[in-house]
Amino acid sequence: MTVAEQPLNVVGQSVNRRDGLGHVTGKTVYVDDISFPDMLHLKMVRSPVPHAKINGIDFSEAEKVPGFVRALTHKDVPKNVYTILTLIGVGPDEEPVLAEDKVMYQGEQVAAIVAETEQAAMEAVSRVKLDLEELPAVFDVEEALKDGAPILKDWGTNYFVYDYEYDLQNPSRKVRFGDVEKGFAEADFIVEERYQTSPIEHAPTETTGCIAKPEPDGRITVYTNTQALFFTLDNTALILQVPFQKLHFVGGTVGGGFGGKVDVIVEPIATLAAMLTGHPVRYAFSREEEMRSSSSRGAWRMCFKDGVTKDGRILARQVTSYADAGAYNRHTPYAVTKHAANVAGPYRIPNVSIDAYCVYTNRQPSSAMRGFAVTPASFATEVQMDKIAETVGMDPWEIRFINAYRNGEMRPHQKEVEDATLIEVMQAAAELVGHELSEDYKQMSSGWGE
Amino acid sequence: MASKIVSLTLNGREIEIMVKPLMTVQTLVREQLGYTATKAGCKQGGCGGCTVLVDGEPMQSCLLPVEDIAGRQVTTLEGLTPSDGLHPIQEAFYENFATQCGFCTPGMILVVKALLDRNPSPSREEIVDSLTGNYCRCTGYEPIIQAVSDAAQRMNGR
Repeated sequence: MTVAEQPLNVVGQSVNRRDGLGHVTGKTVYVDDISFPDMLHLKMVRSPVPHAKINGIDFSEAEKVPGFVRALTHKDVPKNVYTILTLIGVGPDEEPVLAEDKVMYQGEQVAAIVAETEQAAMEAVSRVKLDLEELPAVFDVEEALKDGAPILKDWGTNYFVYDYEYDLQNPSRKVRFGDVEKGFAEADFIVEERYQTSPIEHAPTETTGCIAKPEPDGRITVYTNTQALFFTLDNTALILQVPFQKLHFVGGTVGGGFGGKVDVIVEPIATLAAMLTGHPVRYAFSREEEMRSSSSRGAWRMCFKDGVTKDGRILARQVTSYADAGAYNRHTPYAVTKHAANVAGPYRIPNVSIDAYCVYTNRQPSSAMRGFAVTPASFATEVQMDKIAETVGMDPWEIRFINAYRNGEMRPHQKEVEDATLIEVMQAAAELVGHELSEDYKQMSSGWGE
Repeated sequence: MASKIVSLTLNGREIEIMVKPLMTVQTLVREQLGYTATKAGCKQGGCGGCTVLVDGEPMQSCLLPVEDIAGRQVTTLEGLTPSDGLHPIQEAFYENFATQCGFCTPGMILVVKALLDRNPSPSREEIVDSLTGNYCRCTGYEPIIQAVSDAAQRMNGR
């Protein structure tokens, strides 16, 4: 019997979920369902303002709360300043685990309080006095790049510097393909538009959290609902300057993530608190912290200029995009690269120029969320395609068939198209919605008809 | 104010517990008694993940003081699950893929139990209406609605 003749056990079959029985009986164990008798609770002192210099922190009243165990500041964190994507070579380090001399967004972690009960920890947090000197803040990506804007980064700019690994100082992720000026000159129409998307909270039903538990052999077991277990383990080890094997991360059960649980926020500080107190320590966000302090989907502003001929061919596309990273990198430098590779859309355009900026503002950091950086690109590209169709006076289906990319073509970021399906997807979609296509488009193929 | 002793029936067992003033049923079942099927999603009455049945009616346990339900019958998902398998609603949720992350599932199932007890053959509209207080951020509402229809058929066939 050949492989092709063997019966399929999974493909085409309905297979029940492995975790389904746990879910329908309520026996699935989430982090919040775990507790230990000697467990301590960690709560965070957060910045009440978007940008300020920290002159001092006074714990004296907090220490008087019954059940108070200890406070932690940046001085307790072995390698306090980090950047999550250091694991894939992104630098420099720029986010403090706990704020040092300044805060950069409202809700930023300033000091941790560990107490015997959650109530005691919250009470102690409310009694910590922060001596802050407010600084001018910037909340808009284009404002942040203007002369005179408050500069947020030690290296002197409000943008991430790309290509430093090649000794370059590029303020944007650049894509250059053909000659856009030549394309604009040959075009019959110029279509310009600005697009804007907003931050979106993931709002998982289970908030972000973990419990770090010291073991008799000196290791720390961390029960966490992270979406990125080993990524988080590695970053935690780097921040705490301990060997990786000293940490044992237990996870995989996530009560909703959607990209909101890939940053490394609760684990390093809970693990440190467990090491310093010798007790299991729980650090989980309240609903308010999840909404106001955790990373959101990033906001984007995208400015398009397209040169188009009377018969609907796009000859040139120039895009300038700004990602609002908020106060820190998190995953945004990587997101911008993804964006730059995709914002020209699944179309064959001979002349393309893209500049995508990772911009810092005094807003809560943004990070991963379902197709982040590409979803806003698709939104802008497709609205722009409709606008082009309207300008040229063509059917919006037609404009996409005329410009659809096909196998063997080079995309602007120098990747050859190998798996194009746009034409076939549009043909299937037209059939589903009952849209009659002309015979030419029905016969069209991503493989040039081979 | 001092703590006081409250008696009630939880999952068919009569219990006496010491409760602080305004301590919620959510805290009682999860933290004091270890019945963790009842979830703590928002702790402000917004998500429905903490739903329990009180004398058969769904209530959000995060907003419900224990002292208010003295003497009454409380059911969590642990109490609905038969010792020898699954309740027909659980079977229907399992087989219709009405779970994704699973965090909203206990609350959903208890709300559906209350619905089917008072209306054994609900319309789609009535099913949707009964689930409006229960949030599924994985947005798996369609299979959940299908599972409720399927559960109704299973229970009516028995």
